[in-house]
Amino acid sequence: MIKAILVFNNHGKPRLTKFYYHYPEDMQQQIVRETFQLVSKRDDNVCNFLEGGSLIGGSDYKLIYRHYATLYFVFCVDSSESELGILDLIQVFVETLDKCFENVCELDLIFHVDKVHYILNELVMGGMVLETNMTEIISRIEDQNKLEKQEAGLSAAPARAVSAVKNINIPQQIKDIKLPDLPHIGSFKF
Amino acid sequence: MLRVEMKITRNLTGGMPTPMRLRDLIRQIRAARTAADERAVVQKECAYIRSTFREEDNTWRCRNVAKLLYIHMLGYPAHFGQLECLKLIASSRFTDKRIGYLGAMILLDERQDVHLLVTNSLKNDLNSQTQFVVGLALGALGSISSPEMSRDLAGEIERLLKSSNAYTRKKAALCAFRIIRKVPELMEMFIPATRSLLTEKNHGVLITGVILITEMCSRSPDTLQHFKKLVPNLVRILKNLIMAGYSPEHDVSGVSDPFLQVCLLCNILFFFEQVATNTETSKNVGNAILYETVLSIMDIKSESGLRVLGVNILGRFLLNTDKNIRYVALNTLLRTVNADYNAVQRHRNTIVECLKDPDVSLRRRAMELCFALINGNNIRTMTKELLTFLEKADPEFKSQCSSKLFITAEMYAPSKRWHMDTMIKVLTIAGNYVPDDVVGNLIQMISETTPLHAYTTQQLWNNLTGELATRQPLVQVANWCIGEFGDLLNSSDGADAEPANVSLFLCEKSFLFVLCLTGVYFFSVFYPLIYLFFFHIRRIKKLIDIYGGNINIEIQQRAVEFSALVTKHNHLRPSLLERMPAMESKNPSGSALQNGQATEDELLGDSTSKDGPHESLTSTSDSSMFLDLLGGTSDIQATSSEVIKPTAPLSVSSDLLDLLGGLDSSTQVAPSPGCDPCVPELIMDGLVTPEEQKQTIPSLTAFEKNGLKLDFSFEKPVDNPQMIIILLSATNQTPTPMTDFLFQAAVPKTFQLQLLPPSGNVIPPSTDKGVTQTIKVINPNKSQLRMRIRISYNISGSAVQEQTEVNTFPSVIWE
Repeated sequence: MIKAILVFNNHGKPRLTKFYYHYPEDMQQQIVRETFQLVSKRDDNVCNFLEGGSLIGGSDYKLIYRHYATLYFVFCVDSSESELGILDLIQVFVETLDKCFENVCELDLIFHVDKVHYILNELVMGGMVLETNMTEIISRIEDQNKLEKQEAGLSAAPARAVSAVKNINIPQQIKDIKLPDLPHIGSFKF
Repeated sequence: MLRVEMKITRNLTGGMPTPMRLRDLIRQIRAARTAADERAVVQKECAYIRSTFREEDNTWRCRNVAKLLYIHMLGYPAHFGQLECLKLIASSRFTDKRIGYLGAMILLDERQDVHLLVTNSLKNDLNSQTQFVVGLALGALGSISSPEMSRDLAGEIERLLKSSNAYTRKKAALCAFRIIRKVPELMEMFIPATRSLLTEKNHGVLITGVILITEMCSRSPDTLQHFKKLVPNLVRILKNLIMAGYSPEHDVSGVSDPFLQVCLLCNILFFFEQVATNTETSKNVGNAILYETVLSIMDIKSESGLRVLGVNILGRFLLNTDKNIRYVALNTLLRTVNADYNAVQRHRNTIVECLKDPDVSLRRRAMELCFALINGNNIRTMTKELLTFLEKADPEFKSQCSSKLFITAEMYAPSKRWHMDTMIKVLTIAGNYVPDDVVGNLIQMISETTPLHAYTTQQLWNNLTGELATRQPLVQVANWCIGEFGDLLNSSDGADAEPANVSLFLCEKSFLFVLCLTGVYFFSVFYPLIYLFFFHIRRIKKLIDIYGGNINIEIQQRAVEFSALVTKHNHLRPSLLERMPAMESKNPSGSALQNGQATEDELLGDSTSKDGPHESLTSTSDSSMFLDLLGGTSDIQATSSEVIKPTAPLSVSSDLLDLLGGLDSSTQVAPSPGCDPCVPELIMDGLVTPEEQKQTIPSLTAFEKNGLKLDFSFEKPVDNPQMIIILLSATNQTPTPMTDFLFQAAVPKTFQLQLLPPSGNVIPPSTDKGVTQTIKVINPNKSQLRMRIRISYNISGSAVQEQTEVNTFPSVIWE
């Protein structure tokens, strides 16, 4: 069973936190910090498995992590999960994100946290692996997005008008163009 | 520009300014330079969101909740959003529901009261026509359901398990999984629906179905029987997966749906060889499958051929360049080494190579595995490798490694000398990380190996070079050895001894240096070295006197004791500084000294044989006085100016034999004159029944004369029927106190005697509270106990000595 899924950057800022076991909020933050400390110390050429920190359950739980560019994807699992299997799962998750966001980068995760959550909910449910087929997941996500857009159809007209007005803001557009090109997580190899 | 914006907004939305969009909020938060700035932005937004929630405005609720979730992820409290999530869930729009359920999963959990309110909405959504709405509801149920909720909604789940929609079915399966975890009684409900899950083509449904079945089988053996029939189906599925060739939808790096394969393998008993030979191992996914295969092989108790196959696969993993693979291989080998010892031995060399791996977790596992693999044949090579490893190991490994090395060396050492060499090397390399019990055990072991005393001491002396501060355990052991066998440093007796040609000057230098570090321990070294350098005793004394004023109380005390010993109590020195008899080994695998091997010689502190247990575990003064007592003093003192020879003069022992010889014969020896043993009537004998172990055994007045009364009271410990504990109580019935009270006892050969230290040596006058002392006697032959006792004390300035024999121990104590 997966106990928690954490995504944070090289400085420890959380980009996605999903706990499948109840922890109070401050404990959740502490766990993120502790996990960051454990994982950031690891050299790049050591194995991807760690024993869990004391806050998350100690040696009964393992931290399986992958480091992509500026982000750490950490899955905290118990002993019933296969370590190598979870490594593959992380790979599938990131590949799905890549397909959904087109060359996903950290900024995408920052600004679309809810969408990342929806994708994750298709992959893992209640701590158990639900679906591993990328095409399947992506098609479902797209269906649901279409549904949302349909609903937003008429009632979103005012909102759309306002956003159109706002988007006339030229300085803002210039700022948008000038956004720095962050390295994308497109090219993953083993 | 801003004013125009605001005007348009107000006109379009009827006065309420549009709440900030999520991405704008995120931008603002990221723009904050300091934590205080960030907090300000967040608090402002939270206040705004709270006010909008209060105003029950529907339009922007989902946006506000989205912002709230982001804020929550950053670590700020967001519980005020819980009710809003419920309202969103109840809304009819999919967008609202989506964010509502997400919020519920993040903010709610079983412990909140609001939790139960979701149940109704969940029920409605589970019956919805849109599969995604159902999917959302199932997702939420699968994450946060409580036992009550599970009970309420289990019926719906069961219905959905049979739905035709694969998407719904797989989610329902995982929901069922969670429900079974929360409320095990509901399991039966789901069994019929589960069978059909396995006939699905959809892999998602298959995976979840298999997970569900595994959970059911692990909970109840009946279901296991029920599902056993399905195993051939599972096998067929796996076979299709492997043989089917390339299928684009399920492909991960060239292997079709590794997850399903991994999943199925947890359940299947056959087809291992097929998988093993057909799976390509160059990619991680292939290895994942193989790994799961191996785990399955080890879990079920396969026949040996299969297990060897498993171990070989693991061995191949060890040669893999990917560190992850090596890690799991080492981990699994550790678990299986007990079962398949020989198979793992074949990969020993690879494991030894792993000791040098740059990754610390790999090294640790390799080390544990190496220790598990050591046996009598490979001990020398393995130890060499492990010693090299120890040199470079991290501190946390060093203590573990050194204590394990000690244990294995003791079990498999080819020769004692090799053992000593290895342990000295360990002490030198591991420095301060050697745990204390290793030091203790090592000292005890050295004291047992008599022929190697000289060799050991000389080796230790030679090794006392270099950084002594980092090698305290080595210093302690060396210290003890030199203290005991210092006289042998220059000798060439014993096996492989090399005279060390130690001179006092060298001694001084190194001892002074180490003295500063381990202070107390080192004083004990000096005592016997007096013999070695008797001529220089004044110099040594001057050295020690410096420490008489040391701040450390222990050092000061020892220094003063030493000076006192050298000056005032010269006559005691020889006996005090006798060699300690070899210690009993505590572990059964050692030379197994039994408690019952004492001879009367050892009883009297004769150091002829080194293999006897201590007569008295504590104050050496007792034993030395005893020597005086039995007339050996003069003989022993004659040898004071040279090395004490291990064999005490024979005349002494013959005296002792004579003294105690009488105890062995069946005839009673007349007690020496002056004694007046008072034999009590064993009136109570009849009242003590043999079956009662710990019942009152009558006490005995062993001696009574001139106001001094010695009472023995008895106690039998329940766990040791051969032992009797005698509590001696000495009382003084005269008006003057008795000082320097000393009690000694001797028993026949077949018994063992142990004198514990007395409560004191002054008996106050005319009270019943005198001195108490505990005596332990072991009687393996259950023969009648006879004891010769000698008492000495001072009263009103004059010394009194008495000797008597006590034969009237109640026989019930040996029943």
